[in-house]
Amino acid sequence: MKLSDLTNHAGEWLRGNGPMSEIVISSRIRLARNVNGLPFLSRATRAQRQSLEIRIRDTLLASNLSPQTLYVDLEAAPEIDRQLLVERHMISKQHAVAEGARGVAIGENENVAIMVNEEDHLRIQVLRSGLQLEEAWEQINALDDTLEAKLEWAFHPRFGYLTACPTNVGTGIRVSVMLHLPALKLTGEIEKVFRAAKDMRLAVRGLYGEGTEATGDFYQISNQTTLGKSEEEIISEFRHLVIPKIIDYEHHARRTLLNDRTVALDDKIGRALGVLRSARLMASEETLFLLSHLRMGVNLGRVKDVDIRTINELFLLTQPAHLQKLQGRKLEGDQRRAARADYIRTRLNAN
Amino acid sequence: MSYKCDNCSKPATVHLTEIKGGKKIEKHLCEQCAAQNEGLQVKGHTPINELLTNFVMTHSGLTKELTHACEHCGITWGEFRQHGLLGCQHDYELFEKDLTPLLQRAHEGATHHSGKVPIRNGTAAGAPAADSATTAIQPRKKKGPDVAKLKKELQKAVETEDYERAAELRDAIRQAEAQ
Repeated sequence: MKLSDLTNHAGEWLRGNGPMSEIVISSRIRLARNVNGLPFLSRATRAQRQSLEIRIRDTLLASNLSPQTLYVDLEAAPEIDRQLLVERHMISKQHAVAEGARGVAIGENENVAIMVNEEDHLRIQVLRSGLQLEEAWEQINALDDTLEAKLEWAFHPRFGYLTACPTNVGTGIRVSVMLHLPALKLTGEIEKVFRAAKDMRLAVRGLYGEGTEATGDFYQISNQTTLGKSEEEIISEFRHLVIPKIIDYEHHARRTLLNDRTVALDDKIGRALGVLRSARLMASEETLFLLSHLRMGVNLGRVKDVDIRTINELFLLTQPAHLQKLQGRKLEGDQRRAARADYIRTRLNAN
Repeated sequence: MSYKCDNCSKPATVHLTEIKGGKKIEKHLCEQCAAQNEGLQVKGHTPINELLTNFVMTHSGLTKELTHACEHCGITWGEFRQHGLLGCQHDYELFEKDLTPLLQRAHEGATHHSGKVPIRNGTAAGAPAADSATTAIQPRKKKGPDVAKLKKELQKAVETEDYERAAELRDAIRQAEAQ
């Protein structure tokens, strides 16, 4: 498998076929792990960092993570490829722009992504479409066992899995659920969700995680506490308490819009579809905003001739690195906006 | 009045007055001896506030903590506070006292791990011997009772201070591992 094979379709987890996919885009779990006996990366020498990368890479490739595992050497990869991987949520922004020996192993149609030499030696991630936290945990737990048998993790009976940053120590787990909440945004009730999340010590972030704004009405909710609570407790809280409540709120807001503000709702959806099907220059932020309204329209049955999978793919494939890969050349400013508008028109009018 | 250094015979340019247990102790030192013995750096143009800060830090023991470096990775507490990242797994024990309040703030008051434990954990990060249920863990046996599960239960029992149950579990684990 090559990196370019990924470019023209979305990963398995973004196909929009998981449970609750009308609101839950994806479930993601990551585990932070460090190899026992070696310094964390900020204190590792160049040579240590390099030999660590080779050792982990060899272990990952020998572990049969999936029938086809793609390993990308990020130190050698061109900027556009690193950007592409950020857009696909396979690596963090920090990992893309960092320096030194580092990489990522991608398996199982992008359901698995393991970052090597990010903030910790390994950041194991499992992604799933819709709300599938238990399934993601089962998979990542087994993956962790497999790798641990070959690498041996830095672990302390009191502190748990030892991480470079003490905010991740303990389980080293981050559970994230990506939600699409356009109705709560339109009714102005989204602030209540933020406040409730904050009270529960959860972080609310944008589409691309840490340090990104919520665009296109996508919100990523994640745990911050990693010490003193078991993985199962954290996941269960999400699965049974936090996420169902937010889903209920969003459903309620969608019903309110549908019943009390039908024309205004249809107007928003119709405008979104109209612009997306006709515009000749599309900026990236406007695209996210309009696709969000269109997605809600499809989920509410107001738009019948577009499917969710197409919209989910458009969210991804209209991002800068993807557009440039699809076109096979570097695009600047208006060229890029024109290419984006063309691509959206083609996809939506073919539907 | 001009003094000679208490340590050598150079002219003393640093004059310290300490009160220890109600007794006044005066020290007169040259620049080199002051730097060596008291940790005081006297530069020609050192601003007075920096001089005072150095002095206060030296005598309150703060400098020691801030500059005490990890023997494995070389990081000091001061450096960690600047960058937010620890240098190696040993730092958790080395800075345990200072880290604890930080951990409590970040993790809803928690100070101890609860949850998954590696199957193979024989040489984990400076684990204190016989202090925890997890240190005794040996590589997983392929057959027999689920030792990993028993050990998890044992850890829970220890955490909840249910020692009776812990003893039972310990015996069960020993038996399972002897098989």
